[in-house]
Parts: sequence; C-alpha cells; structure tokens
Amino acid sequence: MNYKLDFTPVLDGLPSLLTACLGTLFLSLCGMALAIVIGIGGVVLRDSRIKQLRWLVMAFVELIRNTPFLVQIYFIYFALPLLGVRLDPTPTAIIALGINGGAYAIEIIRGGVQSISKGQIEAGLALGLHKAQVFRLIVLRPALRAIFPSLTSQFVLLTLTTSVASAISAYELTSVAQRIESDSFRSFEVYGTVTLFYLVISWLMMRFFGLISGRYFSYPVK
Amino acid sequence: MNSQSATAPAQGAEAMIKMAGVEKWYGEFKALTDINLSVRQGEKIVLCGPSGSGKSTLIRCINHLEPYQKGEIRVGGTVLSDDSRIIDAIRREVGMVFQHFNLFPHLTVLENCMLAPMRSLRASKAQAEATARRLLGRVKIAEQAEKYPAQLSGGQQQRVAIARALCMQPKVMLFDEPTSALDPEMVKEVLDTMTGLAEEGMTMICVTHEMGFARQVADRVIFMASGAIVEEAPPAEFFTKPRHERTRQFLGEILRKH
Ligand SMILES: Nc1ncnc2c1ncn2[C@@H]1O[C@H](COP(=O)(O)OP(=O)(O)OP(=O)(O)O)[C@@H](O)[C@H]1O
Ligand SMILES: [Mg+2]
Repeated sequence: MNYKLDFTPVLDGLPSLLTACLGTLFLSLCGMALAIVIGIGGVVLRDSRIKQLRWLVMAFVELIRNTPFLVQIYFIYFALPLLGVRLDPTPTAIIALGINGGAYAIEIIRGGVQSISKGQIEAGLALGLHKAQVFRLIVLRPALRAIFPSLTSQFVLLTLTTSVASAISAYELTSVAQRIESDSFRSFEVYGTVTLFYLVISWLMMRFFGLISGRYFSYPVK
Repeated sequence: MNSQSATAPAQGAEAMIKMAGVEKWYGEFKALTDINLSVRQGEKIVLCGPSGSGKSTLIRCINHLEPYQKGEIRVGGTVLSDDSRIIDAIRREVGMVFQHFNLFPHLTVLENCMLAPMRSLRASKAQAEATARRLLGRVKIAEQAEKYPAQLSGGQQQRVAIARALCMQPKVMLFDEPTSALDPEMVKEVLDTMTGLAEEGMTMICVTHEMGFARQVADRVIFMASGAIVEEAPPAEFFTKPRHERTRQFLGEILRKH
C-alpha cells in the first residue's frame, strides 16, 4: 500500500460538493413530486372504466420497469429534441426520474388501494359521495399509509438514482464529483467522500418520510 | 271504507319505499325473485331469513349499492335508475348502517360525521359540526368526538356509524345486521339507539336476528328464503302463528340459539 491519501482537492472542492448535494436534493424532491402525481393518477387510470386507458397504463408500467434508467434518460434527452422539445439537463432528469419513479409508484400505490376494504368504499357511496370523492377522501390516505414503507424505499432509491443524471451532466453531486476527480485524479478520496454524502442524503430522506408519516399516517388503527 | 282505513292507517299515504317485481342476478345466480315490498313513512320493518337468502342484497338494491335487473324501486316517489344524479339523490335520503361499522379510520369521530354533509350536501363546516355534535349527543357518545374509530369499542363505533348516517338527515335508514359483529354486552346499547330512533318516527328497514327487537319495534316482520319474500306479518302474528313451514323451521332455529 504505497497510496498516499491526499484530501486537499476534496477540501478545495468542498463548497462545490456541498452545493451539488442541494442539486441532488432538488432533483430528488422534484422527481418524487412528479412520481407521486404519476403514481396516483396512474392508479386511477389503471382501474378506470375505459379499457384503452387501463392498457395504456399497464403498457407504460411494463415499458419503464423493464428498461434501464440510463437508457430512459438518454432517450428523453436525445429523442425529445427530434420532436421539437428541447430541455436542459436538469428538467430532463426530473422528468426521467418522475416517470421512472412514477411507474414503480403506480404498482406500489395500487397495492395499497387494493388493501382497502370494500366496506369503506360502500360506506362512502352510501353517504352520497361520488366515486372520485370516495377515492380522494376515504381510500387514498389509508391506502398510502398501508404502503408507505415501500414507497419510502422506492423514493430513497430514486434519490440515489439521481446520480445517473450525471450521464447528461445534470447538476447534482456525482457530476460535480466527476469533475473534481478528473482534475485531481484523487478517485478514492473524492468518491469516498461522495459515498458518505449520499449516505447522509439517504438518511435525511428517510427522516423526511418519517416526519410525513408521523404527520399524516399516525392515526391509531386496531 | 272507514273500518278498512282503521286497520291500515297510512294506506293512503305515498309509500316511502316501493319495490315492485324486483329481480336481481349475480351473473347466472338469481339472488332476488319477484320482490314486492312497500314501506310507509315511519314504518319499521325487520327482515330476517337464513344466511344467503338475499336480505343484504335486498336492502343494498334500495340505495343502489347493487344494481338490479328487473322491476322497479321507488324511494320517496323517485324511481331509482342507473342515472348517477338519481342514485346520488337517493343515497342522500337513505342512510345505511353496516355490520362492520365501516367508520373511516383516518378521521376522528367528529370528522367521520362531518365529511358527507360537507362534501355531499355542501353544508358549511360550522353547520356540519353543530349537526354532528348534536347527533353524537343523541347516540350518547358526544364526549368521544375527538377520538379515532380504533380507540372506541365496537358498540361505540356502531353508534357513531348510526350518527354519521343521521347527519345526512335521511328519510329512511337501512340496517344490515348492525349487532352481529358485536360482543354480546354491546348489543343492547346499539339496539337501544335503534329503538330510540324508531320511537322518533324514522322509517327503518333492519336486517337482524334480534327477535326481541323485532317484537318490540317492528310494525312488520318479513321472512326471506332463497331470494324471495316467503312471509310477512306483524310481529305478534309472525312469532305466534307463522303460516309457512320454512318460517316455523327458521324461528325454531333462531329462538333456540337465543
Ligand atoms: N357479489 C356477489 N357475487 C355473487 N354472488 C353473491 C354476491 N353477493 C351475494 N351473493 C350471493 O347472493 C345470495 C344472497 O346473498 P346475501 O348477502 O344477500 O344474503 P344474506 O341473506 O344477507 O345472508 P347473510 O345472512 O349471510 O348476510 C347468496 O347466495 C350469496 O352467495
Ligand atoms: Mg347479509
């Protein structure tokens, strides 16, 4: 072991690494927000009365879950301009993360919705609420509660997946790290530090979801 | 004419619920056969019969939780159809209480009672809360208003479910075995609540095997078997002089159990 540790480049780059963490958090939170919207919307369409919509959602889920995220993000980045839509790397990454996370969220949330007893829905209908109101006011919260641990893991995974966005040079931790590494060749020190940062970010995410859970899903159940 | 109206006092009044020739299939299985039933305003009906005889199906057709394929159901003069506006209108006038309470676990007792009046009748928050607190008082559970369903006993939950239905100011209340999921010591508090409601003149159809309640409260007891109404009579007659063999058999079993 002749390798001499030298953290000077990391220390010099620390301010930009730390702000890049904010970039990672930003991508994660925006991606999650989009994923939750796609997830809930997808569940509604997945069980809609219109057959074509159901198929569309199923095809979307299959497509996304059976192809690599890196290919998805490249496809969005390089294919959309051909359709006349030109997006910067960061919005592209958010869309890709949202679409990818959304496809998984559809399956997870759907499981939660199916765990709600028919009696709950019937009680809502019998009180004169419309189907959409029953879903929004009665089904959704207990359904999300039931699957919240799975959703949390999926979203922590989404947070870590933001590093793939370095492939299109979106502003986030891994791409900044790559730059420092290629300027200094201190690979071990740079990626060691970044690993630690990701660990902290994951931990923060779990805390964040813990807080949400405590705020919205802490009602007592038998 | 006079003597006739004395034996059937409200015969002239428009029926609150009228089912005429109603038939219902679950796929190939015929669950209801030629149901004819007329319920006057303020009348209390107890519906009984063996498991699978179609009691739940019958009352669930009245608020269209189950669609039916033949015949006609009228509620307060409105013909029930597949039109969602008609279904909504009828559901606002018909309250339902379920065997398993079906309180919403993420809402407090008070919120359970306020939800539908605010969302369906567009009552203001203050109005909905005042009504909810008044009716929770009426089912003697006002002090539990801020608790969640899981923090209540079964009997308390069922009384909340009754209050929740009453908050919609329904004209009719349907009960589907409201006491059969309860521990024995809690049956009475729910039956007392229902008896109170009956005394105040609520039109009620109760699926129950609580024969004491039937004797005390029902104007008519209806016995169903295999999806059809077999026998209907005032309780005195129903319990002492059942006309059909199947009714006698059923009463024998049910009274032995209690
Ligand atoms: N969703 C359904 N699909 C198919 N068959 C059904 C369905 N619901 C009820 N049935 C059948 O219809 C018949 C009547 O059922 P229903 O629930 O009305 O009986 P019930 O008199 O309420 O019985 P119980 O005392 O057990 O509650 C039964 O044979 C039942 O198996
Ligand atoms: Mg039943």
